[in-house]
Amino acid sequence: MSRLTPENELLASEIISRYPRPKSALIPLLHLAQEQDGYVADDAMEHLAELVGITPAEVLGTCSFYEMFKREPVGRYLLNICTNIACQLTGGEELLHEAEKVLGVRPGGTTADGMITLEDVECIAACTEGPCLQVNYRYEYRVDPAGLRKLVDDLRSGARTDIPHHGTLQRVRQHIPADRLGGIEAPEVAGTPAWFTARQAPPSEQKAGS
Amino acid sequence: MATNTYVAHAPGYVDNDGPKIVTRRFADPESHTLERYLATEGYDGLRKAMSMAPAEVANLVKDAVLLGRGGAGFPAGVKWGFMPPVWPRYLVVNGDESEPGTYKDRLLMERDPHQLIEGCVIACYALGLNQCFLYVRGEMALAQERIAQALNDAYANNFVGKGILGTDVDIDVVLHWGAGAYIVGEETALIESLEGNRGMPRLKPPFFPAAKGLYLKPTIVNNVETLSNLNWLLINGADAYKQYGSEKSPGTRMLAVSGHVKRPGVYEVEAGNISFRDLFYGENYCQGIRDGHELKMFIPGGGSAPWFFGDQLDLKLEASDVGAAGSMLGSGALVVMDDSTDAVRACLRLVRFYARESCGKCTPCREGTSWEEKILERILDGHGRQEDIDLLLSVGAQISPGRYPAASFEDAGLSAVPFPPRQTTICPLGPSSVAPIVSAIRRFRSEFEAKIVLDHGDHDEVDHDHEDNHDGHGHAHDADATAVAAGGH
Ligand SMILES: Cc1cc2nc3c(=O)[nH]c(=O)nc-3n(C[C@H](O)[C@H](O)[C@H](O)COP(=O)(O)O)c2cc1C
Ligand code: SF4
Ligand code: FES
Repeated sequence: MSRLTPENELLASEIISRYPRPKSALIPLLHLAQEQDGYVADDAMEHLAELVGITPAEVLGTCSFYEMFKREPVGRYLLNICTNIACQLTGGEELLHEAEKVLGVRPGGTTADGMITLEDVECIAACTEGPCLQVNYRYEYRVDPAGLRKLVDDLRSGARTDIPHHGTLQRVRQHIPADRLGGIEAPEVAGTPAWFTARQAPPSEQKAGS
Repeated sequence: MATNTYVAHAPGYVDNDGPKIVTRRFADPESHTLERYLATEGYDGLRKAMSMAPAEVANLVKDAVLLGRGGAGFPAGVKWGFMPPVWPRYLVVNGDESEPGTYKDRLLMERDPHQLIEGCVIACYALGLNQCFLYVRGEMALAQERIAQALNDAYANNFVGKGILGTDVDIDVVLHWGAGAYIVGEETALIESLEGNRGMPRLKPPFFPAAKGLYLKPTIVNNVETLSNLNWLLINGADAYKQYGSEKSPGTRMLAVSGHVKRPGVYEVEAGNISFRDLFYGENYCQGIRDGHELKMFIPGGGSAPWFFGDQLDLKLEASDVGAAGSMLGSGALVVMDDSTDAVRACLRLVRFYARESCGKCTPCREGTSWEEKILERILDGHGRQEDIDLLLSVGAQISPGRYPAASFEDAGLSAVPFPPRQTTICPLGPSSVAPIVSAIRRFRSEFEAKIVLDHGDHDEVDHDHEDNHDGHGHAHDADATAVAAGGH
């Protein structure tokens, strides 16, 4: 599929403007592409390459390093079960096996109805609340097998309207109005902030000045 | 008032008795809003800081001995002093929290984003820089949303951006977010990632980020919890800060205790003043090992830390003491394992993490971690070979040569090997994979041997003459296995 839509292209240029070098925006932009299509499409990567002024190969190089970027469509919901040490101790592996049974897929697989992709993941920083999981990066804590079955039913029936489709991470975005921006400059031109230079004077002179 | 119970809106956080600095607003369900923040000393630290010269603020942080909370425990004020007089310079905030067992930075970002943002602005002011990037782990959608909202509100109210508090000071704080890779938590990999690259660490020395970091300009990388202390610290001062905690580790720190305790949770504690026993068994904390079981081992500072055992329970949670005893407090992540835990299985799970997360830049780690994983897998699957235990140790020694840090084991006459490990690798991830291996083999060698011996269908005695017979299928969880005597080698 596709290049960024005109609205997303506008968002992309806003994101790029927050960085001293355009390439620094690449990971947020890849997320934007994934939010648009549910995965990162080849055309989208080409478009991003144009936007930040690098080659498509460089975009792919970055994209392929990070686990969250999917280069093929996945289910509407990504079900990520933690099996790392704290969750292992409290039943994370058993929970994963239960999910395999309920969904009929192995980690990495997507259910036939295209609704759910299962993954076993590393520690997601909820270790005291094991076994835990995320659905599209929203947490569920201390999940038992019955809780898991209910979750799957709710996802399939559309009852979990609180969880956006795969790809949407932030429903609140940072936005800096032009008149509030301090000023982001390229490293080649940025210098010592004037306010800092002004405050280098000995405290006695400063007090006199203020 | 502290309730000594969980707080529903902050999953896992226990609002226990004891002084609070960074979690002092957590009990309030609305603590993440600007309104509540302003009603609870919000941005008062920034006001205080901006009434001082930048150098005075930096000195205050140095006087307080504010230790980094990201893992290494290096004093923030000293690190700040390493910046050469070169501009532009940058502050990068490390919110990538992904060390196994670690759960604190996410809570700080979700529950009190303004406290963190205020800390960023204070640090930028002290360091004389105007561009800060707040790097939040990719998987933490709520933390990203809370910080985005908080930044929008802070910009709108002149706490960030152009003309802060109506002065001439301009400082931008930009939310950045990752996409799933543990190694990006390492500071030079974080910088690579922030440049839009694959998150692979840079070799250091010669250059540390403070001298050459983002775009090869001076860059300070600080952890979320470290900077979250600055609001309180500026308001109350260095002397008040040092009233808490121990002489060597002033203040408080957040600890996540997970695993087989009765009340796992996230606690803010005066770390140097309490022992592991206090933490695991105290009424104010975890209230003991779950019923009917006893402690077998514990990880004192995240998956990368060598294991401790009952012998170490009376140690204080003081970085230097823990280091001398063979491990680290690291990122404040304690994982408690009781006597039902299979040491080999736990070891494999941790090693698998490093094998999966190795960035692949250097050979000993890329190859070694997957060797370690494969060997442990076959031992657990009942296909282990007699030489596998030594093979594991030898692969480990290629990644981390010399004696690997370990706790003392008095019954076996083994003394502690102090932290840190040596490394043949670019970064400490590779050597971290050796921690569970050396810890488990040194203490529970018999459990490994039992699984290997089962391969021969011989439950009664260790038989070293049939090493080449690997066709049997052992039962890794057979209770008899643990009965085989220790010290077979
Ligand atoms: C493999 C590896 C992973 C790390 N992950 C994190 C992390 O997730 N968060 C963090 O703050 N520090 C992490 N660190 C430590 C950082 O490199 C760095 O020391 C720290 O962010 C500095 O902040 P501090 O001085 O405030 O503690 C990691 C280090 C290594 C070697
Ligand atoms: S030790 Fe491992 S994670 Fe670190 S640079 Fe080498 S390959 Fe990458
Ligand atoms: S081990 Fe599962 S969340 Fe940390």
